Formats: sequence, structure tokens, C-alpha cells
Amino acid sequence: MNPLLLWPDPPSPDVVRVLDLAGVPWSAAGDEAAARAGSWSGAVVVADDDPDAAFAMARTLRRSDLAVAPLLLVVRGTHVADLADRHDVFDDFCVSPFHPTELEARVRHLLAREPGLELGPEVIHYDGLVLNVETYQAAIDERPLDLTYMEYELLKFLAMNPGRVYTREVLLSQVWGYEYYGGARTVDVHVRRLRAKLGEEHAALIQTVRSVGYKFGESRWGT
Amino acid sequence: MDQDHQQNYVLRTIEERRVRLVRLWFTDVLGQLKSVAISPVELETAFDEGIQFDGSAIDGFSRVQESDVLAFPDANSFQLMPGVTDDDELTARIFCDITNLDRSPFQGDPRQVLKRNLSAAAEAGYQFMAAPEVEFFYLASDDLGSTPVPLDNASYFDLTTFDENSSIRRRTIQRLEATGIPVEYSFHEDAPSQHEIDLRYADGLTMADSVMALRMIVREVAMASGVHATFMPKPMEGVQGSGMHTHVSLWSGDTNAFWDPEDPYGLSGVAKGFIAGLLHHAREVTAVTNQLVNSYKRLVAGFEAPVHVSWARNNRSALVRVPVTKQGKEDQDTRLEYRSLDPAANPYLAYSVILAAGLKGIREGYELPDEATTNLFQEGSASGGELLPQNLSIALDEMERSELVQDALGEHIFEWVLRNKRAEWDAYRSHVSSFEIQRYLRSW
Repeated sequence: MNPLLLWPDPPSPDVVRVLDLAGVPWSAAGDEAAARAGSWSGAVVVADDDPDAAFAMARTLRRSDLAVAPLLLVVRGTHVADLADRHDVFDDFCVSPFHPTELEARVRHLLAREPGLELGPEVIHYDGLVLNVETYQAAIDERPLDLTYMEYELLKFLAMNPGRVYTREVLLSQVWGYEYYGGARTVDVHVRRLRAKLGEEHAALIQTVRSVGYKFGESRWGT
Repeated sequence: MDQDHQQNYVLRTIEERRVRLVRLWFTDVLGQLKSVAISPVELETAFDEGIQFDGSAIDGFSRVQESDVLAFPDANSFQLMPGVTDDDELTARIFCDITNLDRSPFQGDPRQVLKRNLSAAAEAGYQFMAAPEVEFFYLASDDLGSTPVPLDNASYFDLTTFDENSSIRRRTIQRLEATGIPVEYSFHEDAPSQHEIDLRYADGLTMADSVMALRMIVREVAMASGVHATFMPKPMEGVQGSGMHTHVSLWSGDTNAFWDPEDPYGLSGVAKGFIAGLLHHAREVTAVTNQLVNSYKRLVAGFEAPVHVSWARNNRSALVRVPVTKQGKEDQDTRLEYRSLDPAANPYLAYSVILAAGLKGIREGYELPDEATTNLFQEGSASGGELLPQNLSIALDEMERSELVQDALGEHIFEWVLRNKRAEWDAYRSHVSSFEIQRYLRSW
């Protein structure tokens, strides 16, 4: 599958994160020359900082000799009105700040139209760990993990955000929900159970950050 | 924590992993694990409508009328169970809550009793955490006609080279860990063929579920090697019995409610109230924490089991011990150890009465008596304070008078335990033991 073209270069880290987690290949192109140098499955143009330059780039990409399609524009809410006369330069748009789920859904939808481009089910990969979000199945080094629901949800939450440090309170409210009456120790208990199930050689995937909380793996985007 | 999501997770996992059999687990009043196996296709209905069965078939579930009850699987407790050997089919277990036909909680269900007590703690602002040290024996067989034969003659912490035990224990621990029961330590205990598995702390309900699963897993793995594992509190005369010392702590959110850095002992008022409550009600709760005639053969001087109602820091002869915490980890590690509990207890009921006694001590501001400083194993009973009940009959008398135990267990279980255990005592009372034969037959 050809990569998605991302503009500007360097690309928005938030967009990159969504694409990486979704397993969509991408490459940044800052100008027309860079765009001409590659073959693209589509483009995501982020108009956050410089809408005029972004619209100009979109128009360039859509010129018949380049014809990069489909094209997704990411615009601030205050610039949505600017799209009114520019329907010919994009196929879809997404209002920023966007929710990762929305951006991912739009990218999938756009790419699904492309013949020969098929994305598998939503899968999170990290080292030997594979989490299939649709079937709720997790495996490490191809060995299935027998997780309880909460263990699965906690692992999924952590693995979606590698390298980020979460406090117990945040994990409790994000994974268990506010209505859960158990204390923050619940998180420790589940982390310990997850480590036990991941097995010795992978237990270190979930690291304890002393007097803060936990983090999973290392960030793939630098910190 | 969405109920539907959890149920979907369970149903989807069963489908994806091709689980052929789902075991619905629950516990009778005595603490015996009960199981109804259903086909995976029935599980969705079980979530919605429950599984109906005749409660009178289960010890402690019987009532004169309305004996039918419903078992509702608790999706949160769903766990795949790998086979003991690789050839075994993958099964799953799921703990159930038992309700009446109108779906109100069934009074005879120990798991719901614990849930009620945990809710009371939560209302007071506390989460109850527990970590048991479970002791048990491996025996060559479960032949009732002969004296129990241990598999080895090793002792405390011994690392034996030719020791089939330790390979059984290793496999047991792997299985525990694989099913989400983290083990903190395990080692050879003091007596021949006696072993101890210490579990990493968890909230009270999870831990009670874990103790139920542990007893089954230990037995199951042993049986696969042709060995019998027993949690009987005192299987062999003359060597120490099996206890289930249990470490408990209360947490307020992220804070250990038992710890106070300003206190010379590092103990908060909450901790002191909890200890005082445990001591004050110790005699009343003993019939629950030590429920067998045999339990009281363990609670004798000279075998590392508590005999007196007392507390101490780092004094292993006391009933309530405050372990010395690792330096710099006081905020995490401060806890109490209740040492009379034995592994034949019903963990749901035992945690319920321990928690209720401790909470009452906090609520009513009981005064903490002085710490026991001498070794109570060696001192005469005179200086050790009150004695724990010395047999099941005395323990039942104490329990019968206890409002605390009645409230904690609820009337249904309270009365059933008294009735059932009185019957056990009566059967024992008329038994002529080998002690008597050997001592009296020729002399008289």
C-alpha cells in the first residue's frame, strides 16, 4: 500500500500518532517537489497553523497532473467557513482539535474507497504484543493472553499510548469509569495481574513510574 | 465499567477462543466451591435471566420455602482456565451472585455477604485489601484409613533437590499466575511436606474469589501428579498446622489509611481502632475464621499459632501482628496480619467478620490495649491476656452472643452456621478417639 501524504513537513504529531496506531503508512511532503517524488494512496493536509498555505497545497495536489486523492483536510473550527468555496480541493474534512477516533474513522473511510486498499481489523501492535480491538483478543509472541475484561481494557488503554505516564487516578477514571467505587490500589492489583500474564520476559512492558503511576513501553514519537 | 461491554467481552472471547465449557462457580456457606457447567451458548441467557436451580441442594442455601434461586454470572470475574495438561480443552470459569427469584440478593450467598460488608466499608470511605499466606500439606494419598504420610521431611525454606513437591508447587504457581492470581512468595514451610503460597494483595472480593480458586488449583495440580493436597488445619499431630495468616489494610483512594508518619509506631488512629476492634471481637469471630473441630487442634501453644487475644509489632506469637515495613515503603506497606485464620475457612465470611470487627473498632473509637512484648508461645497463659476459644463449642457460644457477627453475616447464614456447626460438634463429642483407646482401654 502506498503511503498517505502528510502536509506540512514535519507533520502534526497528533495525526502521526493516529495513523501509526491504525497501521496506516505515511510520509511527509512539505512542497510540490516532494509530492511529485512519491506515489500516494491519499493525503492529509493539516490547516491548523497556516490555512492559506494549506489550501494552496491542497489545490496543488489536486491538479490533474498530480491528482493525489482522496484528500482529507484538517481545519480549525474557526476556519470551517473557508471551506465553502473550496469543495473541489478535498474529499472530506475533520475539525481540529479532533478526537483520535474521528480522524481514524475518516481516514479508514477514505482509504476503504480505494480499490486494492484493505485495512484489516483495528489492531494495536507493540513489540510482540498484538491487541485486536474488534475481537477483544490479545496475544504476546503469538501466545494468546487469557485476560479478564478489566485487564484487557487496561492493557488496551496503556498500549494505545506508549511512553505516556498515567497516574493511578487517571487510569481509574479512564479505564474503570468514575462510578467505580474501588480505590486507586485496584490499578496496582490489575497491573500486577497483567504482568503475571504477560510473562517474565514481557512483564517490563508496563513500567512503574515511582510516585507517579505507570507507563507502557516507549513513545514512538519521542518525548 | 459498562455491564454490557463486559458481557460482550466475555461472549466474544468465548467465541474467539472456542471455549467448549463454561463453569459457573459459587460458594456454599461452609466455603466449598460449587460449579454448574453450561454450554457457551447458554451464557448470554444466563447474563440476562440467571440460571435457576434448587438451592436446597446446597449446604446453607436451604430454606423451608422458596428454595429455588438464580445464579447470575459476574462478568468481571470471567477467566479462561488453561488445562492442567496441554491436551485438556480450554474452559472458562465465572463467579456467580445468587439471587432469589425476584432478583433480590439471596441471604445465603457468602459472596453477597462480603459484597455487602465491602460496601459498608466503602460508605465509610475505605477500600479493604487482603493478602493471605496459605499453608497446606502434600500427602501421599487421601486414604482415610491410615495416618497421613508426608512426601518429604524437609523444613522451613528448605530447598530440596530430590523433591517432587517443589515441581508440583512450581506448576501450581504457574497456573495461579496464568489465571490472574499473582503469587508473592512460595516456599517449603516448617513441617514435613508443608508448603506456603503467599498471594499479592488485592481487594477483598477478588481475594476471596482467588482463595477459592487457589484451593481448587492446588488440589487439581497435585492430583495430576497422584498427590493429595489438603487444607485441613491440623492433619498431623506433633507438627505445626496450616494457617492462613491474612494481611489486611484499608485505603482511602491512593492513601494507606493505616499509616501515620507522625505516630511512633507509624500507625494511624484508623489502624489502632481496627486492631482494637479485631481484639475486642476476636473470640466472637473465631467460629467463622476457624470453623472446623480440627481448627482448634492448631490453635495450641508451641506450634506458631496464636493462643491469646493480643497484638504486637513483629511478635509472631500475637493474634494481630503489625509487620515491620520496609524502610521508605511505609506508606505502601503498613498493614496488619490476622494470624488465627486457617485455610479451611470460608474466605467470604471470614473477611466479612474481620472487616466488620475492625470497622466497629474505628467507628466506636475502641481503645487499643498495650502491645504484648513477651513471647506468648513460651509465657504461661496468665500474662497473655484472654485466650482464644479452645474448641469449636466455646467458639460457637461466643458467636451466638455476638451482635457483630449476626449483623456481618446476616441472619440466614448466622443461624445456619450455628446449627450446622453445633451438629458437627455433637457428632465429634460422641466420637471415641484413638487417644482415649490408648490411654484408657488397658488401664481401666
